Amino acid sequence: MTTLEKNIPVHELHPENWVDQYADYLFNYAIARVSDVEIAKDLVQETFFAGLKSSKNYKGDAAERTWLIAILKRKVIDHYRKINSKKGKAEVRINYSESSDIEGDWLEERVADPFSKSGDNVIENEELGMAIQECISKLPKKQSLVFNMKTIQGMSTEDICNELGINPSNLWVMVHRARAALMGCLNQNWF
Amino acid sequence: MKISCEEASHICNKSQYKEAGIWEILKLKLHILTCKACASFTKKNTVLTSLCDRAGLSMLSEREKEAMKKKLEKRF
Repeated sequence: MTTLEKNIPVHELHPENWVDQYADYLFNYAIARVSDVEIAKDLVQETFFAGLKSSKNYKGDAAERTWLIAILKRKVIDHYRKINSKKGKAEVRINYSESSDIEGDWLEERVADPFSKSGDNVIENEELGMAIQECISKLPKKQSLVFNMKTIQGMSTEDICNELGINPSNLWVMVHRARAALMGCLNQNWF
Repeated sequence: MKISCEEASHICNKSQYKEAGIWEILKLKLHILTCKACASFTKKNTVLTSLCDRAGLSMLSEREKEAMKKKLEKRF
């Protein structure tokens, strides 16, 4: 029985659902680090490609989401390496901060939060963003669509109804369900 | 002036997007005075709104996602 259990992977990959489930989540992670929409988008796309390519190596011990974000992290580092190497190779000093006796000033370690303004707040808000995105991705497709259009894109009720061909009371029912689900999902850590 | 809990939550949702009228908000506030469940829902709902604002969420458009999907499917 135990050997049997060991052979069954806990998680499986479903690349056909990746874009719907994780694109926004990964995009938020990327945009916080590169601050450029187009670059962030490319990084997400490359992450999906790389995930597909190395799907044979996926052992199922990490959740799909965790596995993809790990790939994206590498992509962000590679991105900074690339633009850094373009800057001219004479000045290698960029690897170090001014106070070079502090540990952790290697380029790779600084990539995580290159635009850190005042530490904690930025990091906490980013964690919050990731937590919200994770919860949104667990909603039924239609609910997350309506919630995103209303909350993130700030579209008017009328515009959403026209675009999706629904009536306002449908819309508010979906908004209500989405918000109630999000409250439950975020409850433990953020309320 | 009396409204049902269902109506109260509807007004509360609308007010998260600044789409509730003054009169509606007044009715909601009155309802909350005597209804604990709706008071708690309203509070949580308002917190959710401020969390979403604070997080500065961004997202890809449906069109961008479709394009991404197509590119990815080519490699399946």
